[in-house]
Amino acid sequence: MLLIACPNCGPRAQVEFTFERPMASIVTPTETLPDLIHKLFTRENPRGPSWELWRHTYGCAGWLKVHRDTHNHQISAVVCIDMETPS
Amino acid sequence: MSGPMRLADGGLIDRARPIRFVFDGQTYQGYAGDSLASALLANGVVLFGRSFKYHRPRGVMAAGIEEPSALVQAGSGGRYEPNSRATDVFIYDGLQSQSQNRWPNLSFDLGGLNSLISPFIPAGFYYKTFFGGPKLWLLYEHLIRQMAGLGMPPTKADVDIYEHRAAFCDVLVVGSGPAGLAAALSASAAGSRVILAEQDERIGGSLLTDPAIIDGLSSDQWIAMARETLIGAGGRILTRTTAAGYYDHDLVNLVERLTEPGQTPGPDGLAQRLWRVRAGKVILATGAFERPRLFEGNDLPGVMLSGAVRTYLRRYGVRAGSRAIITTDNDDAYRTALALAEAGASIGAILDSRPADGVRSALVQKAMGQLPVHFGAKLIAAKGSAKGLKGASVLIDGEVTALDCDLIAVSGGFSPVVHLHMQAGGTLAWDELSGSFSPDQARQNQTTVGAAAGADGLSATLLSGWTKASVKAKPKAAPSCAAEDDVALNIIADWEPAPQASLKKAFVDYQNDVTAADLDLAWREGYRSVEHLKRYTTLGMATDQGKTSNLVGLARLAKSEGRPLPSVGLTTFRPPYTPVTLGVLAAEATGAHLDPRRRPALYKTHAAEQPIWQPVGYWHRPRAYPIGAENLHQSAHRESLTVRTKVGVTDVSTLGKFDVSGPDAAIFLELICATTVGKLAVGRGRYTIMLREDGMVMDDGTVWRTEENRFLLTSSTGGADRMAAHLSYVRKVIAPQLKVAVANVQEHWAAVAVAGPLARQVVSSVLPQMAVPGHMSLDRGELAGVSTLTLAASYSGERAFEIYAPSDQIGPVWAAIAKAARDLGGCLYGLEALEILRIEKGHIVVGGEIDGRASPHDLGLSKMLRPAGGYIGHTALQRPAFNEAGRLQMVGFEAVDGPAIPEGSMVLTVAKTLPVGHVTAAGLNVIKGGSIALGFLRDGFSRKGESLIAWSATRNQTAKVKVTAPVFYDVAGEQYRD
Repeated sequence: MLLIACPNCGPRAQVEFTFERPMASIVTPTETLPDLIHKLFTRENPRGPSWELWRHTYGCAGWLKVHRDTHNHQISAVVCIDMETPS
Repeated sequence: MSGPMRLADGGLIDRARPIRFVFDGQTYQGYAGDSLASALLANGVVLFGRSFKYHRPRGVMAAGIEEPSALVQAGSGGRYEPNSRATDVFIYDGLQSQSQNRWPNLSFDLGGLNSLISPFIPAGFYYKTFFGGPKLWLLYEHLIRQMAGLGMPPTKADVDIYEHRAAFCDVLVVGSGPAGLAAALSASAAGSRVILAEQDERIGGSLLTDPAIIDGLSSDQWIAMARETLIGAGGRILTRTTAAGYYDHDLVNLVERLTEPGQTPGPDGLAQRLWRVRAGKVILATGAFERPRLFEGNDLPGVMLSGAVRTYLRRYGVRAGSRAIITTDNDDAYRTALALAEAGASIGAILDSRPADGVRSALVQKAMGQLPVHFGAKLIAAKGSAKGLKGASVLIDGEVTALDCDLIAVSGGFSPVVHLHMQAGGTLAWDELSGSFSPDQARQNQTTVGAAAGADGLSATLLSGWTKASVKAKPKAAPSCAAEDDVALNIIADWEPAPQASLKKAFVDYQNDVTAADLDLAWREGYRSVEHLKRYTTLGMATDQGKTSNLVGLARLAKSEGRPLPSVGLTTFRPPYTPVTLGVLAAEATGAHLDPRRRPALYKTHAAEQPIWQPVGYWHRPRAYPIGAENLHQSAHRESLTVRTKVGVTDVSTLGKFDVSGPDAAIFLELICATTVGKLAVGRGRYTIMLREDGMVMDDGTVWRTEENRFLLTSSTGGADRMAAHLSYVRKVIAPQLKVAVANVQEHWAAVAVAGPLARQVVSSVLPQMAVPGHMSLDRGELAGVSTLTLAASYSGERAFEIYAPSDQIGPVWAAIAKAARDLGGCLYGLEALEILRIEKGHIVVGGEIDGRASPHDLGLSKMLRPAGGYIGHTALQRPAFNEAGRLQMVGFEAVDGPAIPEGSMVLTVAKTLPVGHVTAAGLNVIKGGSIALGFLRDGFSRKGESLIAWSATRNQTAKVKVTAPVFYDVAGEQYRD
């Protein structure tokens, strides 16, 4: 079970969090239909690190950007949704 | 003495504390400190059970948790555990234990006949039977269920208490043998918080079998010193505690057994505890398993692992036989031979498969001076029965010879216990000479030490634990042992059975009855991948997960393949390491504690009416309020008829409610709602639907403009949490630029719905100073001294109002409304009546028609959609598939002269053809009578009037139906409008 370092609450167990989606799959209201279909149904499923959207549902309830490696589950960065994504 | 095989002294048992226990109806005596296996062996018991498939007699193979054969069921009634290893149960007064898988009893077993027909139950028997067609399987199934299997499942609910506990530490050490203790001492000396977990009831590991002098102390003294040092430094030592699973980010589950199987717990009632330990670093000091070897009859009672023989002798004071033969490929078995000889047993032969010209250690030379040692020698066959061994056929100097024996001690080398390392995602390295995998790369913060890391000899083991546990400089040197205690294994792995041995009774997997011949056959039949071989033969799939013998099987496959062993691969190591009771996994989450129960504010008021309750998600809501002897159906029908003809009152407090405010509140809601919101006048509301991004309907509800920049949004009870998350997602992720605040006021407001032709009268009588609002309008007023908000909205199809009040003040409001309604001949109504009424009106509901697969078009709601778009889901609605023919569209069904439409039916054009639709909710015409239903039908909008069949396979009921519009009452909507 992952240990996720919430920027607001500190390191907490995965059970407190909800996985929402890969950041690349966020669909804006102005998305074109082909882009929407790509993001929702034919998205990439990267093996390796990628940015994901999580929510600390049973903690601060904040939305978090989590940089997680899907291969080994290492988490290299966690930032709040309104913060810049580190490069 | 507690039996004929018990030595007069020695061992870690307390001869001053005799313990009486029962095995298969007979009472035996053992001593405190005995395992069930050691106590039974002491009493001369050799037969412990029957094997899974062939019902072959089985004894004890090992002395620890890896035991494949001696499985027992312990306890009775609500305190009972099947498939416990007799080697892993410590006896207590009153222990009731039984052997398994024997009928009618252990010594006379009818299933033993299976052994005679075993040539007809080859590898892949189940698969072959399945592929032989269903008739063959049905024939065999009965037989197999009778004869095969392990222990019986419990028949009563568990009466004990289990708990979960979370813990954190800098260093978790798994295993308390010399490596584990050295590691724990090292980490502790470096200032780390240490938890030490040991599955045995006492710490010490191999030192309990092989005492040694460490740092000038006897091993007993050294262990005691280690305990005091660790506890003195604030560490925690958990005995009888197994590290069952190693999960991501160094989370290790420990199962602590506070009672033995079947044992009554102490005053706190706790039987087991699951520790969820998040460790900074995990030291795996899990030791190594001795491997069996391939020879005919290698499963007979009396054939034991060499190390186990020594453990019974030294730790438990039990000599498992008096005339022993040893078969080995390493030095360790010589310690067993010498110990047996010292205890007065005769040694018929030490059959060492290593070549005669090898280098011999001091230990081997010592044995050669006293005992008949033969190099390049093998065991061909063990001879014996359920009563024990009678002798053996051996190969010495190329000659086949018969030897007498009652005990065969086997050592086929040692396999490091890498299970947790592998669960943690590590990799392995292969050592050809010793024939073993040991940990290579770690993926998490795990370090393997001691025998588990392939360390050979006590000195190397201690050093490995001490140095690898902590990289910090330590105040003193690593513990060291006396030279004579530092015995290296010098394994030369030899997987080959003697050429004279028949492999049909040379077992690889003892618990699942898989022989070397089975593996060879499976390979010839083409099962060459290790994963296929495993599933086809069931190798390593028993409760012991092949702990002792998996490598023997892999070596067999490698030989067939003509490839080196590591290249045939390994199967996956999965948690749990040893079987874990369901009780400890569930812990407190059983019965009423499984889920929280949410009670609406009016719960006690409803309870006083003695309603029939219904769980709705976590909520508990009244389903019906029966009067007298009414059943659910009668009560719900009366309630719905009262709503249609007079007035009814119901509690709708559990609906999702959100207060949305701010200058951009309307813009925000136009993202959420697919209907028009911005144009709503203050004091007005409307029905609305919310879509998912993929265009499917997510939920429905109402939206009310309470102030210029403030709205009240309602949604379904069941979807309230999802809606809360969705609103948060849209506000924080999709549209963070909007100036809007969303408050979840679901439990702030309680609400009472009043519906029926007399509803208006009820409202004006309880809120006389307020003008009764028109349909889809709201107003405020004081009721029973409480400030209330009245929304005029109808779900039932009648003139209806929802009166909102703060939850803590709803009591008098409900009382006043209920009284006013009853004074007019009205009644309370529950969820069942609500369901009947909404079906009749064709109002959709989440979980029924809103099933995640229906678009607004499919539900007939296209006209409600905001033409300008811009709401979530709008883009996806352009997907071509939404407009293709063949979509399931919402319709009504009416039963045509005959039986009622069964709940959950499929809809068919012709009987016994593929369904063209389904029923989502079946109900009745409240006033006219007759069975009606809502549902979906392919291209249903254009099929009104068609005659179809509603068929429920599970209820075995059929009804003739006619397709109608999904509204059966007041189609024009005259009842609820002004």
